[in-house]
Amino acid sequence: MGDAIVITSGKGGVGKTTTTANLGTALALLEKKVCLIDTDIGLRNLDVVMGLENRIIYDIVDVVQKRCKLKQALIKDKRFDCLYLLPAAQTSDKSEITPEGMIEIIAELKQEYDYILIDCPAGIEQGYKNAVAGADKAIVVVTPEKSSVRDADRIIGLLEKEDVEPPHLIVNRIRNHMVKNGDMLDVDEIIQILSIELLGIVADDDEVIKASNHGEPVAFQPNTRASLAYRNIARRILGESVPLMSLDDDKGMFTKVKKFFGIRS
Amino acid sequence: MITIKGTRDGLTLYIDDTCSFESVIIELEQVLSTKYVDKDEPMITVTIHLGNRYIHKEQEEELREIIRNKKKLVVHSIESNVILKKEALQWKEDSEIKAITRIVRSGQVVEVNGDLLLIGDVNPGGKIVASGNIFVLGSLRGIAHAGVNGNRNAVITASYMKPSQLRIADYISRSPDYESEGVYMECGLIDENKSKIVIDRLQVLSQKRPDLNGFERRILNG
Ligand SMILES: Nc1ncnc2c1ncn2[C@@H]1O[C@H](COP(=O)(O)OP(=O)(O)OP(=O)(O)O)[C@@H](O)[C@H]1O
Ligand SMILES: [Mg+2]
Repeated sequence: MGDAIVITSGKGGVGKTTTTANLGTALALLEKKVCLIDTDIGLRNLDVVMGLENRIIYDIVDVVQKRCKLKQALIKDKRFDCLYLLPAAQTSDKSEITPEGMIEIIAELKQEYDYILIDCPAGIEQGYKNAVAGADKAIVVVTPEKSSVRDADRIIGLLEKEDVEPPHLIVNRIRNHMVKNGDMLDVDEIIQILSIELLGIVADDDEVIKASNHGEPVAFQPNTRASLAYRNIARRILGESVPLMSLDDDKGMFTKVKKFFGIRS
Repeated sequence: MITIKGTRDGLTLYIDDTCSFESVIIELEQVLSTKYVDKDEPMITVTIHLGNRYIHKEQEEELREIIRNKKKLVVHSIESNVILKKEALQWKEDSEIKAITRIVRSGQVVEVNGDLLLIGDVNPGGKIVASGNIFVLGSLRGIAHAGVNGNRNAVITASYMKPSQLRIADYISRSPDYESEGVYMECGLIDENKSKIVIDRLQVLSQKRPDLNGFERRILNG
């Protein structure tokens, strides 16, 4: 039985889709069977970031509406045989998917895959509800801005009401010089407010954007900082305890990460 | 049935609690009309002790009516040793300290009757409300509203205080517009002289709100 993890944030544009694509890639590198689900109906992105847009025939709405079998809608990744994508619909409406429909799809995928990563749309409405419906675990993505932290806090509060384990946090787009100048929240401040466990930190890195634009997640590259950050997070998801990479020489706070999600049986 | 005592502060009526209410009314009419009709005296306040008798609102109104109709008399208070179970439970609830352990996150509201002891944080965008005092064992970064039903003596304390707003009864204060550090171990309370909410060290409470001490205050305030 696999694990279904929803990747959410409340606020838009903080890196949910980027995180989903990269963690999927990094887990596939570790030879796990992974299926990514894009639940951002009407604004699908994950296929583009994965470079799989040209392969889409059926999408998740087709599956929910029983216009095709789940297997027919799954797209195999270009680079890995163990990585699949269930794309969102571009033309339909959110209301065509229901939490029940999601639960059914995820239950079926869990039979076959080790990890199901669910890319959640921004906001706290129907799209969010669909995305969390079938999830066992949750990752909250936050950027070091007050508004992003505020929305993450709101989402964490809402997740408490769902049937998911306490969420874990990824702080994305940290810019060291801004943190140093006090123009950006530092990771410590964010954790202090959100009071959830830190899963990893990803620096703001042009390579992320470049790679996304080439349809090849940055985690596929062997040696960029962002790539290493995603690979480390993937190992933590597997239950390894990987120390946080320091973003520079200051190792001050990087002791807080605990083992993520425990050891899988 | 009715014993009357006169003091400098006015009249005190002790009403026997074993006889019927009708007979009390009749006797009250009599004793008051015979005895206290001196026209030159100033207004006299009347305190009624009912002993172990419970009276309804209508009955209370009847008593007050009789006294009001006598010239020079005004009702100061009507006291009884007994209250309804329902009132007692409400009373208990209003005077209890409710301990809650959680983080109040953005968009969440926690509301209690009585005092609130929150063990945890109130995050920006979160809100806690109590009819009594609020004690936060944690960081207060959102909104806290103490004495929500109008108790201006209510206080708000926190281990770490950087609220976006403090509200006590009908007073509201907000955080300054400039970036500011929070403060540790402080309290917010209404300063009647300045007629606003002030933040001060916890230690001032023993001076300014001595009745926070112990349970007796609840009985007295009741
Ligand atoms: N670590 C990073 N460094 C640099 N750019 C990043 C990083 N993470 C994300 N981005 C960029 O930020 C933008 C938004 O990212 P993304 O689409 O993943 O966010 P999202 O949360 O999925 O947005 P939406 O709410 O619209 O679905 C993209 O252009 C992406 O390339
Ligand atoms: Mg997205």
